[in-house]
Amino acid sequence: MGYHWNWGIFLAQVPSGGTSYLGWMLSGLMTTLALSLSAWIIALVIGSAMGVLRTVPNRWLSGIGALYVELFRNIPLLVQLFIWYFVLPELLPERLGNAYKEINPLLQQFTAAMICLGLFTGARVCEQVRSGIDSLPRGQRLAGLALGLSGPQTYRYVLLPMAFRIIVPPLTSEFLNIFKNSAVASTIGLLELAAQGRQLVDYTAQPYESFIAVTLTFMLLNALIMSLMHRLEARVRVPGQGGHHG
Amino acid sequence: MAEFDWSSIPGAWPFLWAGMQTTLEITVLAVAAGIVWGTLLAIMRMSDIRLLSWFAASYVNLFRSIPLVMVLLWFFLIVPALLESLFSTPRTSDTRLSSALVAFALFEAAYYAEIIRAGIQSVSRGQSAAALALGMSQSQTMRLVILPQAVSNMVPLLLTQGIILFQDTSLVYVSSLADFFGAAYKVGDRDGRLVELLLFAGAVYFAICFSASMLVKHFQKRAGS
Repeated sequence: MGYHWNWGIFLAQVPSGGTSYLGWMLSGLMTTLALSLSAWIIALVIGSAMGVLRTVPNRWLSGIGALYVELFRNIPLLVQLFIWYFVLPELLPERLGNAYKEINPLLQQFTAAMICLGLFTGARVCEQVRSGIDSLPRGQRLAGLALGLSGPQTYRYVLLPMAFRIIVPPLTSEFLNIFKNSAVASTIGLLELAAQGRQLVDYTAQPYESFIAVTLTFMLLNALIMSLMHRLEARVRVPGQGGHHG
Repeated sequence: MAEFDWSSIPGAWPFLWAGMQTTLEITVLAVAAGIVWGTLLAIMRMSDIRLLSWFAASYVNLFRSIPLVMVLLWFFLIVPALLESLFSTPRTSDTRLSSALVAFALFEAAYYAEIIRAGIQSVSRGQSAAALALGMSQSQTMRLVILPQAVSNMVPLLLTQGIILFQDTSLVYVSSLADFFGAAYKVGDRDGRLVELLLFAGAVYFAICFSASMLVKHFQKRAGS
């Protein structure tokens, strides 16, 4: 095969100057990290709140939680992203919509992707939080209430501290997923890692190097997060409960 | 707030339906191929032959650590050109559908393999010990004793993964292949009615996936697991 390998391409300057192709890749990696981490915060906050709602003894409140989960789980991520990016500005009151369209396009892409990814992942976090709370013996809730704690206090001091420790392993896999899912943001033009890989193919005519480098970066990121999370899992594991892999 | 105008949807119906058929075709074929290849991977992973189990483990870990978008881009942008230069075949008309099928099948197989492995491991060890004691061979034990029991444990998970795959097929958008979502996007873009078409596509996906997941739940309850 007559392909000319050239790994030095990453050090070459980009046509517009000022940085190298490696610089483009690093900026893509930074965007991927910033997007995934900020979306993860949204997912944790909304997911925990909704997960608690799903377990409270009130049909209306738990209904809201169920509605949220079903809505965000049954529409493809790509479709949700396009709705946040293309549809939402049109549905806002005109003045707000126009103001939104005037901000920096890069910021528009980033916010749309962040909200989308956060709420999408939040629905999955919600289900984990709910199953964590449900896995606790009923006696814990009753004991909290019998001690005179209010409903919210029972959650705050009894149920949630245990539930969160139990669900760290499944949350790890959601955390890994958010980094992988962030690549979908390349479809609205956000220059994260996958999009930079594509751009490198167009600019350098070295498709193999570009794609191998991006793919390896995703794999490294995955391995790094997994080892960090395993450490966390080992630290917070409830003694005597679900003590799988050492 | 702009007025909604849904009038471009009825006229585009045949095009949207053709898109839905592409979506379903990719889903069904990728689920079928993914389950077959995933079963083989699961069996390899549990095999005593180190090379096989190493291969299966690396395969599964590789595909589970990269984004689906990235896998699809490999199969749309890189692999066809690579095959051309390797076998010096002429540039054929349109390989996007077959590229999509192969990409989804290979990617999903990694996820199916893990579901199937968990299903097989959920069958108690006494079962295989008993089958071996009765004089069955390894493959007979797997085929006649373990798999039939494992299958009923994993059917709900396999179906749920199928629903996820159905949603993920929308990502063929990166190759501008007209699946259901791609068709809806093209119609919306053409008529300047992107808002309506995107909301419509979202509603259709929701209706299908929500009913399908309700069916899976119902099935799961009746199976009593």
